[in-house]
Amino acid sequence: MQAQAGPEVRFQSVSKSFDDGENHAVDTVDLTIEGGAFVALVGESGSGKSTLLKTINRLVEPSAGSVSIDGEDVAARDSVELRRHIGYVFQNIGLFPHMTVAENIGIIPRLDAGKTGDQVGELLDLVGLPQDFAGRFPNELSGGQQQRVGVARALAGKPGLMLMDEPFGALDPVTRDQLGDAYRELHDRLGLTTIMVTHDMAEALLLADRILVMSDGRIVADGTPEEMLAEEANGEASALIAVPKRQMAKLRKLEERS
Amino acid sequence: MNPRVADALSQVPALLADHVLLSAAALLLGLVIALPLAVGAMRHAGLRRFALGLASLVQTIPGLALLALFYPLLLALNGLFEPTGMTIPSLGFLPALLALGLYAVLPILRNAVTGLTGIDAAIIEAADGVGMTSRQKLRLVEAPLAAPVIMAGIRTATVWTIGIATLSTTVGQPSLGDMIFAGLQTQNWILVITGCAASALLALAADALLGLIETGIAARSRVRIWSGLAGFLAGIALALSPALFAASRGDDAVVVGAKGFSEQYILARLIGSRLEAAGYEVRYREGLGSTVAFTALHQGEIDVYVDYTGTLWTNAMQRTDNPPRDEMIAQLSDWTIETYGARLLGRLGFENTYAFATTQETAQRYGLASIDDLTRVAPQMAMGTDVEFLNRPEWTAIRTAYGLQFGDTQSYQPTFMYRAVESGRADVITAFSSDGRIAANNLYVLTDPRGAIPNYDTVLMLAPRRAGDRRFVAALESLLEAIPVETMREANFMVDRDNDKATPAEAATWLAGEIGLD
Repeated sequence: MQAQAGPEVRFQSVSKSFDDGENHAVDTVDLTIEGGAFVALVGESGSGKSTLLKTINRLVEPSAGSVSIDGEDVAARDSVELRRHIGYVFQNIGLFPHMTVAENIGIIPRLDAGKTGDQVGELLDLVGLPQDFAGRFPNELSGGQQQRVGVARALAGKPGLMLMDEPFGALDPVTRDQLGDAYRELHDRLGLTTIMVTHDMAEALLLADRILVMSDGRIVADGTPEEMLAEEANGEASALIAVPKRQMAKLRKLEERS
Repeated sequence: MNPRVADALSQVPALLADHVLLSAAALLLGLVIALPLAVGAMRHAGLRRFALGLASLVQTIPGLALLALFYPLLLALNGLFEPTGMTIPSLGFLPALLALGLYAVLPILRNAVTGLTGIDAAIIEAADGVGMTSRQKLRLVEAPLAAPVIMAGIRTATVWTIGIATLSTTVGQPSLGDMIFAGLQTQNWILVITGCAASALLALAADALLGLIETGIAARSRVRIWSGLAGFLAGIALALSPALFAASRGDDAVVVGAKGFSEQYILARLIGSRLEAAGYEVRYREGLGSTVAFTALHQGEIDVYVDYTGTLWTNAMQRTDNPPRDEMIAQLSDWTIETYGARLLGRLGFENTYAFATTQETAQRYGLASIDDLTRVAPQMAMGTDVEFLNRPEWTAIRTAYGLQFGDTQSYQPTFMYRAVESGRADVITAFSSDGRIAANNLYVLTDPRGAIPNYDTVLMLAPRRAGDRRFVAALESLLEAIPVETMREANFMVDRDNDKATPAEAATWLAGEIGLD
């Protein structure tokens, strides 16, 4: 696969309310994510980060405002066609249990033109799975292997943009770490734009170029990992950053003692 | 082989073919209704509640009643379409198909909705996320994942349908139920068991084929799926094959109808044997309800059957007066030919009237000789009747004429009605005057001094298309005024008695010999 320049994503006054305006899951977000960036959207449960992410591929329609990809309003595009060109990976993976790994990976090309995925082998390589996994069924795979297939499936549509909703949240720490690193490498190699939702600040700090902290539907902090660590961020952001910082300090002390 | 077993087995193939075709058509109808409805119900919660509620409601209607309900419904539709010249058959295949089809809807619908709505939300999110259209999602994800649950519903529906199809006999659609109903009426248990066993084996076979398809879907084995489907197609093709179907249902085959009691079965066979002797191909539609039979005749679904003047007078003609015998038959004859073109060919020579009968002992103890005497003691008595009598206009007429008021009334199948009076569960029964069991059980028949019970001369009725058919009429003329009541009683008793029972066909042969026909 050739490196390509991932698209820019822009939110203009995006709001989403599920109860006719009484409460806002997303509250007037204005934001530009430049092409090729790896952005982590961090926040506690209910902060609106997943909702904001899903307005991009229209799994959620905003109540107000607009989302555009490379300047084109997503509302103007056919939602089905739009989704085939955006990679979507989420915590529950959602592999189709009645299809083999190859069929799962080849689903987008098949939907698009009835083609079978001729690039299944290449995609398995890309996500670090052996070729003989192609004929297996999802229930024969471990959680980490399943999510690798999930990533391969998302990449099969040759997307420039990847949306990841707690992609590694359900995996054990070692697998999670491995998979995070492997994906970051893929992101760089393929020149993707990646927006990853996570509640784990440490993961965000280690993987992303830019961190957005969400609270009550708003972006409350925005900066590089370095800035996040250096600055005394305010409110919600500081509480989130404090956790890995404190853990790091404790670990260092432990190391020194031993 | 035991001749009764052989007789029962010989009836199986043709009825099985009918049973297979009816069940298959009903299932197909059920699928065509239930599957699209389930898809709609999956997407719309409102439709889901409505459809499931309605299907459950249909399921609460007893099968027999649901079948029976389609008869007046289709009759009414027929009236509606009359100006267009279209006729919708209100008996036979169509009402049976509709009722069974409706019955098949619920299990398929309920399982399909359960299967479709029970799919893991993550899988649906993934399907949306990769950009499937609604149709693609249904075809590629929802349908295959719900398939095992849907198949379980189809299997339930299949077994139910094949079972309930036995009830279609009552609306004039031949099925394995013919054997069960006829066997129950004449207490021919071999016939009942053969009919039940054939129906059960059919259900098991269909279920096994569906099981094969189900495991085929699960294992993604095309061979199993196709061999299961091929099994069904082969079964249907066999049922349609000339050997079983067309040959016995040729256009020139005569259909002899019979209501559901021994005398009717015997007379139908007697009529059938005369027609066969005259070169006609004959088949039988037996176990018809009393009112169903006359409608079946004037609609041309049966060609000939035996009815009773009083029954036609009060039920079909809706008359409440009670004219003398010859006047009644003359009026009836005119009325059937003018109204429907159906022909009352003539009397067979005996009457089968309602006879209020009691044991000799009861008659003596209460000093009963006529229905008038009964009026005094009726409030302390229990009356046993056949299943129709209490709702027939004759009963209203008799009750009014004598001021009868029984302490208790209970309906029985005829066989059990005679047992009830013997055992004392009923003090008086409405026996049939041509029934051999009156004499055999030494029952005492009360007289009808007020003439409230109409005449029940046994008459031959011909369908409109046979009314002017000379060859047909000639074949049956030898039966007119030919059967004395004593001979009929004896023939009835041959079939009804507990030991050394004869089949209706055997009794008919004996009867033919007795009255000098061969």
